[in-house]
Formats: sequence, C-alpha cells, structure tokens
Amino acid sequence: MLDRRGFMVSGGAFALAQADAAAVDSGTNIKHDGAEAPKNTAADPLYALTPGEAEFLTAVVDAFIPADDLSPSGSECGVVVFIDRQLAGAYGAGARLYQEGPFQPGNGQSQFGPQSPLPPLQFIQLGIAELDTWSMANSNVPVRQLAKPDLNTLLQNLEAGKIALPRIDARAFFSALLQLTMEGFFSDPIYGGNRDKASWRMIGYPGLPATYSKAIKQYRGRRYQAEPRSIADFL
Amino acid sequence: MVQVLKSTDAVIVGLGWTGAIMARELSRAGLKVIALERGPDRDAAESFALPQIRDELRYSVRQELMQDPKVETVTLRHRLDDEARPVRRFGSFLPGDGVGGMGTHWNGNTFRFLPSDHRLRSHLTERYGAARIPDDMTIQDWDVTYEDLEPHYSRFEALCGVSGKAGNIAGKIQPGGNPFEGPRSGEYPNRPLTPSHANELFRHAATEIGLHPFPAPASNASAPYTNPEGASLGACQYCGHCDRFGCEANAKATPMSTLAPALRQTAGFSKVTNAYVTRVLYDAKGKRATGVRYVDLRSGETYDQPADIVVLSAWVFGNTRLMLQSGIGEPYDPRSGKGVVGKNYCYQIQPTVQLFFKDEELNPFMGAGGLGMVVDDFNGDNFDHAKLGFFGGGYISLNSTNGRPISFRPTPPGTPAWGTKWKQETAQWYRRTASVLCEGTNYASRTNALDLDPTYRDMLGQPLLRMTYNFTPNDRAMADFLLGKAAEIGRAMNATVVAPQPRKGDFNVVSYQSSHNTGGTIMGRTPSDSVVNRYLQSWDAHNVFVLGSSVFPQNAGYNPTAAAAATTYWCADALVKKYLKDPAPLVTQ
Repeated sequence: MLDRRGFMVSGGAFALAQADAAAVDSGTNIKHDGAEAPKNTAADPLYALTPGEAEFLTAVVDAFIPADDLSPSGSECGVVVFIDRQLAGAYGAGARLYQEGPFQPGNGQSQFGPQSPLPPLQFIQLGIAELDTWSMANSNVPVRQLAKPDLNTLLQNLEAGKIALPRIDARAFFSALLQLTMEGFFSDPIYGGNRDKASWRMIGYPGLPATYSKAIKQYRGRRYQAEPRSIADFL
Repeated sequence: MVQVLKSTDAVIVGLGWTGAIMARELSRAGLKVIALERGPDRDAAESFALPQIRDELRYSVRQELMQDPKVETVTLRHRLDDEARPVRRFGSFLPGDGVGGMGTHWNGNTFRFLPSDHRLRSHLTERYGAARIPDDMTIQDWDVTYEDLEPHYSRFEALCGVSGKAGNIAGKIQPGGNPFEGPRSGEYPNRPLTPSHANELFRHAATEIGLHPFPAPASNASAPYTNPEGASLGACQYCGHCDRFGCEANAKATPMSTLAPALRQTAGFSKVTNAYVTRVLYDAKGKRATGVRYVDLRSGETYDQPADIVVLSAWVFGNTRLMLQSGIGEPYDPRSGKGVVGKNYCYQIQPTVQLFFKDEELNPFMGAGGLGMVVDDFNGDNFDHAKLGFFGGGYISLNSTNGRPISFRPTPPGTPAWGTKWKQETAQWYRRTASVLCEGTNYASRTNALDLDPTYRDMLGQPLLRMTYNFTPNDRAMADFLLGKAAEIGRAMNATVVAPQPRKGDFNVVSYQSSHNTGGTIMGRTPSDSVVNRYLQSWDAHNVFVLGSSVFPQNAGYNPTAAAAATTYWCADALVKKYLKDPAPLVTQ
C-alpha cells in the first residue's frame, strides 16, 4: 500500500511507537486505541478564556457537533480546548489581520469580510458577552444554560441574521464561531481538537503521510482505508 | 536617513517566478544582479519537510506562506462612487511572500494561452465585426503573438518538467491532447500524471457527449526529471497538499526547485530578503530610473539601491503600486478613460458545479495540484459567439487537487451547515464528491481598475492600492453559459446530485476564487493604450521593465503562470540581445 517513501516515514513512526508504547497525544491524555470516547475534563487548562466563556463555547460547539454514532461531541473532541489555544496565541492577537482604521461597519455586506477593529480573542469575548446579554433579556438565562432545542433555535436565528447585537456584527460573530469549531474538529490533533482523529474517522480521511503515487491508480473506484495518522504520530 | 548602496547593473523587485527567471537570464549574460524580496528566504528541505508540511491549519487556513496583510493589503470598492474597505484578511486571492513568491504555493497548472487570446481585439473584430465589441469592453491586443512566444512557452515547460500531452505539434493534431491549442514545437517534457478515478469519469463522460478531454498540463513531475538548468525534480506523491503548501518531494516546479541551484552558482547574482521596495527612483526629465528605495523590514533602515536597469516583478498589485507611487506613467482615470497605469485590472471568472455520487468511492485526499482532466471546447473563441450575448469562455475541468477536511467537505444543496443532519451528510458524501470547475476569461472593463487608496495605509504609512472591481454583464452571461455546459458533463457522469453554484451579487473577497489577477501595467502598441511596449519596457522609463500578469491587457480562460513566464523569457531575450547593446527605447514612436 505504501510506496518506498511512505514506508520510510512510517518506519520511523513505528520505531517511535516501539520506544514508547504508552505514547500519548501531547496535552490530551488520550490513548491511540480509540476505544474510549475522549472527554473535555476540568483538567484542560484555559489559556485565554474564562471558565464561563469556555462553558458558552462548550454549549455552542456541542450544538454544532452533537454526539452521535458518527463521533463524540465537539467539546469531547477537544474543540473548546482548540479554540482557547488559538485565541491565546498569535491568531487571537490578530496575526495576519489588517487592523488599520477607519473601521466602517459591514452593514450586512459580507463581500468585504469582517471589518471589526477587534482582534479575534476580543471579538469572540465581546460576542459571547453580547449574546449572553441577549439571551438573558429574552430567556432569562445565559446561553450555556439554554435547553438544547432553545439553543438550536437561537443559533439558527443568529445564522439567519435574525438577531441584532448592539456592539458586534452578529452574523460575523456566528461565522467566526462556526469557522473556529470546524477548524478545531477537522484540523490535525496537534492543536488540541480532533481528539482521537474523531472527525477523520467520521469521514474516512486517512491523514498522513499522504503518499499516494501508487494508490492513486490501485484504489481507483475503491475505498482507500487506513488508520488515520497525525503529524504527532511521525515525530 | 537613507543609506546609498553601491550601484549595480540590474535590480529586480520580487523574487517569484518572473523575477527568478529574469535574474537567471541577466546574470547568465554577465550582469551584476541584485534581487530584492520582501518576504523571507526559505530552504525547502528545512521548511517543507514531513510531517509538518501536512498541516492544513497552518498553511492553508492560517496562510503561512502568503503575504501578511499587516504589512500590506489592498482595498476594494465595487463601484466608482462607493467607499473602499480594506481586505483585512486575504481570501478570494492569495498573494505570495518570500523567495519563490506565489510560485512556491501554486498548484502547478501550466497552460498556454490560445493564439487568439494574444490578439483578442483584432481576432474578435475580424470574426464578428468591431460593432459587436461593447464600448466599455476595453480589450486590446498584446502586440506579442503566440508565434512570438512559442519558443518561450516551450522553454518554461522544459524548466518545469511539465507533465502533459500535446494536442497540436507543428499543426498536426495529436490524439489525447488538446486539439484547440496553438501549434507546439514539441511534446511535453514529462508524460501526464496518473488520472484519478474522478478524472476518468470526467474523461469518459466528456468523450461520450462529443467533447475533447485531455490531461491538464501540470508542473508536478510525473517522473523524476532534470531540467536544462541542471536542477532535479522528484516524482509527485499525489499527497493532496500542493496549493498553499511547499512540496517536500521537490516534484512541484517552483522558482526555488528549478532555478535556485543555477542561481547559487552564478557569481553575479545576489539577493536581499525582507527588503520592502517603496519606490522606483525616477528621473522624469531623463525618462529613466536611477534605482529603487527599500526598507529592511527587520531593522527599519532605508536604503537606496542604484541600478542601470530596474525590473519590477512584484506581481499585479506590487508592480502597479510601484509605478503609481514612483510617478512613472499617467495614472488611469476610469471616468475619462485617460491615462494607463492601473487600467484593465482583470480577474478570473470561476463558476463551479459540485457533483455527488452515491455509488462511487473517489478518495478525494489523493491528488496533485495540476491533476485535472480538461475540455477546451468552450474556451476563448473556440466556439461560435455569433448568436451568443457575450464574448469569452473558459476551460472546464475536473481537478483532483485535495480533500483536506477543514476546507473540503461539500454537502448537497439544502444541507444545514452544522448539527446532526450536517454530520450525516458530511460523512455520507465526503468521499463521494467532486467539482467541475470552469476557468473563465475576464475581459477588461472601463471601470475595473487599480489606483492609490486615499485613506488606507500600509505598515510604513504609504497608500494601499485600491481595487475597483465587479463582475460585468458579459462575465455573468459567460459564467451562466459555462455553468450549463459543466452541469451537462456532470449529468453525463451519472452524478446522483448535480449542483451548479452560480456566483450571485457583487464580487466577494472572502471565499477563495482564484489568484489569477491580471492587468494594471498592461502592454500594447502605443503609450496612449499601455504602460509597457511589446518588450515589457516602460514607455516612460526605458530602463524599467515590468514582468508578470500585470502586463496582460485582459485575462484568458487559463491559469496565467506559463504566459507570465513566457513573456518574461521574451522580455529577457530582447533585453540581453538588443537593450544591453543600445540602452534606449526598443519601440520608437
């Protein structure tokens, strides 16, 4: 199945596994056997978000990615951990984001992308506060305490542009939440999400090493299946 | 304080494909050449190694190899009366940064333009009459023909070890190739890449409905290859991490993989990285440049680099902005139609049809940047436009480039974007979907143009480039036509769901479309219709040469890299053979 190049790479990983049979994903304490659904426990440290903000995100990412036969829930897959770490780092601080003014609100014109003066960490934190305020005013509870059907309705309305928030572009906030969730669910597990490669198993994405010079022909019209492997499996 | 450096024979601004080719040609001719590159240097073996290079979040989503908008971005308005807003994150197009430029993170599609693309206005006038060309469609001839460029296209293909199948060798149509292409002097250097299952489904269906499919020419080597510069390329691994990534197998032709070994051994060549050029030093009275000014982005120090020849190879935005900031040539005014710098900014119109097959396994994660099956039956003027309400067209292809899951997980229309149903549909279709892409022409319009933004500034406080751009009625009619043809192929492929995805509304800079931006410093016959002459020499400064797709008067229905490279070889040829002997305008008025 693997050509020579892939074999050399996988050989290296194999040797590593031999040397450390109890190899764990960095920071996640999840074994590679995949037998047990990973948990987002209180043991996960928060680097940027407050516990309340993490609870907000747990509720939202579990609505976006509910637990079912296909995968554990978003938070169980580490998506909140992923978002916290992204927001704590260069991305959250506005790396690769042009932040010069003047800032002209999007006015619903999505063709330009978000025009907020805030870098992602502050943008997400403001959005959380704004949506919690909205939820308190309309349902008397913060978002994290909404019943699941109510939360789904809230998110659908946010997505459809039916909710306006006073200090933030509500649709841009929704887009950022969904984008960060999908990044955390589908990215390489080295970033803290996609624990046990749950999303890759769900769709049948084999991950690394991705050397298919022979397989492209051999598996024409047939499913190529392999135990998915992460960057961390080759270090 | 500005530090003035020792003068050199030639200074090159931007070390992507066109800058690297010119650096090689001029230093080979014995000139002392200094290339200034805004971004960092990268060593492929160090920067693009397994396993880290297979990181979709880092390279594709966070765009590590791309230009940093914090240093410089562009602004956009759709209409002349609108207020522009800055592109705060790059999305629809991805300018490169660092040695290799966009040539590092490209896919490798290496198409030649059609002969008629190079003389568009004359061609359409001859076939349909001048009256058929709309007044505000400001298309023009290149003043360089396909025949002029053929040896230079061939040279670039040899440099890159392009994998492909010729369709027309010296006028003789070749089975399996593109019968619509201009006559070639020979076959491609490498055999075509191995087609994917989805490529084969496309090929069979297209053949069945009477079209002429052929494998896309790709600068992804199908077998190990040594180019005429002595650089060795490895064989493509079909890893599905080509566009937006570097290539660990050294199979993708890039300025680094094809030219760096030769440049390293050339005594006259040197490069300075993290050097952000802010202007060409222009002697307006003498009608010549005296050098360039740049800022070292690490130290903040400003330098003047005097040079006898100034080459701008800083892509569409960099080239146009430098001409405007330096006061070379008359800025274009879209209201009066006067002036030339910034004129005929064009893009690529790319409608797609998403296909879903309930009974096929397509392994979408196996792919290569240029792994495609293509029909050219509806490109350019390969079909009769007499009864159609538009000009132009595009190739239609099925490309197996990648199945990277953060960004690639299409679902059929009507699927929610999250929740249980979304999960089910994503799991069901991820391995069973493919898109048919149309690579559409974009013909120049009077109002689509570039100028300096009156409000927004880069990190050094200089005006950003402002893009005034929107799709024209011609673009929309052409896109609808192509979308219909692509859907027809999809149906012939027996797809379970055929989902055309028309682009509606104003041009959107958020979702990726294409990095095939063109124009702004266009070539032509006279100083009143162009910024550079047929040798890419500025009409207003005979020792300034401008390279890349910024010189295309309009965009063709192809990926533009080969045409940008071929015109660079053409320019270098004239520069070395004519200009060095007699430094003067190469075209006299």
